[in-house]
Amino acid sequence: MIDKDPLTRVLFVDLSSRRFWIEERQELFETYLGGTGVAIQLLKEKCAKGTYPYGPGNPIVFSVGPLNGVFPIASKTVAMFKSPLTGNLGESHAGGRSAVSIRMAGYGAIVIEGSSDMPVYLAIEGDRVNFRDASVLWGMGNSYSVGRVIREREPGAGVRTIMRIGRAGERLIPYASVITETYRHFGRLGLGAVFGSKKLKALLVSGKRMIRVQDPRSYRQVYNEIFTALTTSPLMKKYHELGTPMNVSPLNELGALPTRNLKQASFEGAESISGESFAENHLGRRVACAHCPVSCIHLGALREEYEVEPYFYKTKMISYDYELIYSLGSMLGMSSPTDLLRLVEETEIHGLDAISTGVALAWATEAQARKIISEEETMGLHLKWGDSASYIKAIRFIVNRSNEFYRALGDGVESTSRRYGGSEFALDFGGNEMPGYHTGPAALLGYTTGARHSHLDSAGYSIDQKSLSKKDQPTPEGVATLLIEEESWRQILSSLVVCFFARGIYTPETVIKALSVMGWDLTEKDLNRIGLEILKAKYEFKLREGYDPREIRIPRRILETPTPLGNVSEEYLRQGVRAYIDQLDISNETFETRIKAIAAR
Amino acid sequence: MIGNKLTLVDTDLCVGCQCCMFACARRFGDAGLGRSAVRIRSAGGMERGFVVIACRACTDPPCMKVCPTRALSLRTGGGVILEQAKCIGCRSCVDACTIAAVFWDESTNKPIICVHCGYCTGFCHYGVIKLGPSEVWERDR
Repeated sequence: MIDKDPLTRVLFVDLSSRRFWIEERQELFETYLGGTGVAIQLLKEKCAKGTYPYGPGNPIVFSVGPLNGVFPIASKTVAMFKSPLTGNLGESHAGGRSAVSIRMAGYGAIVIEGSSDMPVYLAIEGDRVNFRDASVLWGMGNSYSVGRVIREREPGAGVRTIMRIGRAGERLIPYASVITETYRHFGRLGLGAVFGSKKLKALLVSGKRMIRVQDPRSYRQVYNEIFTALTTSPLMKKYHELGTPMNVSPLNELGALPTRNLKQASFEGAESISGESFAENHLGRRVACAHCPVSCIHLGALREEYEVEPYFYKTKMISYDYELIYSLGSMLGMSSPTDLLRLVEETEIHGLDAISTGVALAWATEAQARKIISEEETMGLHLKWGDSASYIKAIRFIVNRSNEFYRALGDGVESTSRRYGGSEFALDFGGNEMPGYHTGPAALLGYTTGARHSHLDSAGYSIDQKSLSKKDQPTPEGVATLLIEEESWRQILSSLVVCFFARGIYTPETVIKALSVMGWDLTEKDLNRIGLEILKAKYEFKLREGYDPREIRIPRRILETPTPLGNVSEEYLRQGVRAYIDQLDISNETFETRIKAIAAR
Repeated sequence: MIGNKLTLVDTDLCVGCQCCMFACARRFGDAGLGRSAVRIRSAGGMERGFVVIACRACTDPPCMKVCPTRALSLRTGGGVILEQAKCIGCRSCVDACTIAAVFWDESTNKPIICVHCGYCTGFCHYGVIKLGPSEVWERDR
């Protein structure tokens, strides 16, 4: 890497002692590039085995990579922490201006340790870290307001990121999100609650600096190649036009859109909540992450009349994406796009992960219909598919932790179903509520095995798509191989840190060229080795924290509802998990110890 | 007055990607934002759209008028040219610019002045900014 690249600087902030310091960690970045690769090493260093996720010992690691601030669509920041939702690896990525701001402030990573005894927010301006009193912001009803206050109070407009939590994070809902630049999120696995446990309401990072490159001429040349590819690619154009909701209609037609708690995999109301329908009737503005010409963020305009006064309206801008349309839409039988936007807004106000929230509400709706829970538990609500008013009330009950039932539901579907029953239709993988692609065995195996239990780990749906067009069902072992390959390569992209949407443009060849501009001399073989090493490191952390892939609960519902490739059997998935673990070949001591412990039982 | 200048076509076209800011800095061959002469910020939250802050190429520039060392002189086509050797880094030009389009280079402690080269426009995928003969633009208004 290039000498004196500020990427090697790691900022440590201790909230307990209100101290901060900077460490040079060239070896880490030299070996693992940045992003995910560096974050997992810092997490392993700073998070002791068995750490309580809400204790001061759980560090929050933010990490960026060599391409952030240098090449287009390198726009993501990786966050790592111990997840309060799953009890093991917490990893979440977000864009907005987070990555560029951290890089421009002169850091490759920021590690937040300890916990504050009073609400604070951090304002990091280059080398200075300010601890600010956030007592007034704590408990504020709407996360939008928190953003607005900090935006007006602090300098750096245009070259800063403002990450903040809502009340869900304050109240330690383990699927609370961190919101950045109003419309992007570190959504999954509960970073918001870890912020909350530290009494950290927000984190602002700002800066602007130059970054030296190896050779300006080749830099501009590689830059222009990538920029042209990004702005002429038909796929990127679609991300711009319809955004991720472009997938609603095709997945529905395929029979892969989880509907009403996955009792079905197609939704009769899909057309009205499709990307096309939102674009035609609601799209009010498109915005972009910093340094990304694609601009995939779609904001829907929701015009609402105040009941008390005629002709008195408010217009809200609410961002919508595929995952939200799945979790708060088809999963809840919601065919009205305006009702759907209202539900999205409710999760934004409180700072909740929309996927987990939707899946939790879907479970509750089915549980109530099956009389597993009654109106006593739901506090008088009759949860019905498509009834957004009840769902909005239920979300408020969850955030307020209003009774024992909502406290349980606020801890995720796994823990709720353990308490109340109904685990056969509690849709989570390893404690993380399922994403919205019921495409076939590879997707399901991907959720089961992926280090984050996310569709973004290994994109099983794309393997399913190929199986479908080839009319050829691969073996579980074959799928495991493909999943590991993809998941390993994605560790490279998320170490650079490039948005996964551009994976077709950031091919190994392009990555090698871009990295050479930043002073790395690597081959494709090197990248594959590093990617696999990072994946293994993540898995080692999971295993160390007690995760056992062979004991993972497979919800019966996902086996009962056919995918476009037919029904998937539990045996297929179990075999796939075994193959994945064998092929990943974690010769790590922690895993050996774990295996012995299980065998001794 | 003849010469090229940068002009805003329509701020509502702006998606806030800031590719122009990075392009400007890249003119010097480096990455980052430290020497960028253009700034995109939200108009009070992204839901309200964006503000494009760039030199308007004034024909009677306030920044030039307040410079105590005459480091800024009138540029053909509007705006100013900075003579680095004369500049003492007093920041008067920054304060004088009504639209805050004079930025500051912390590494040299001198202002960053837009030279209206138009390099940024090549990376504005949505046609928010354009470069053209200053005369034509003036007439269009």
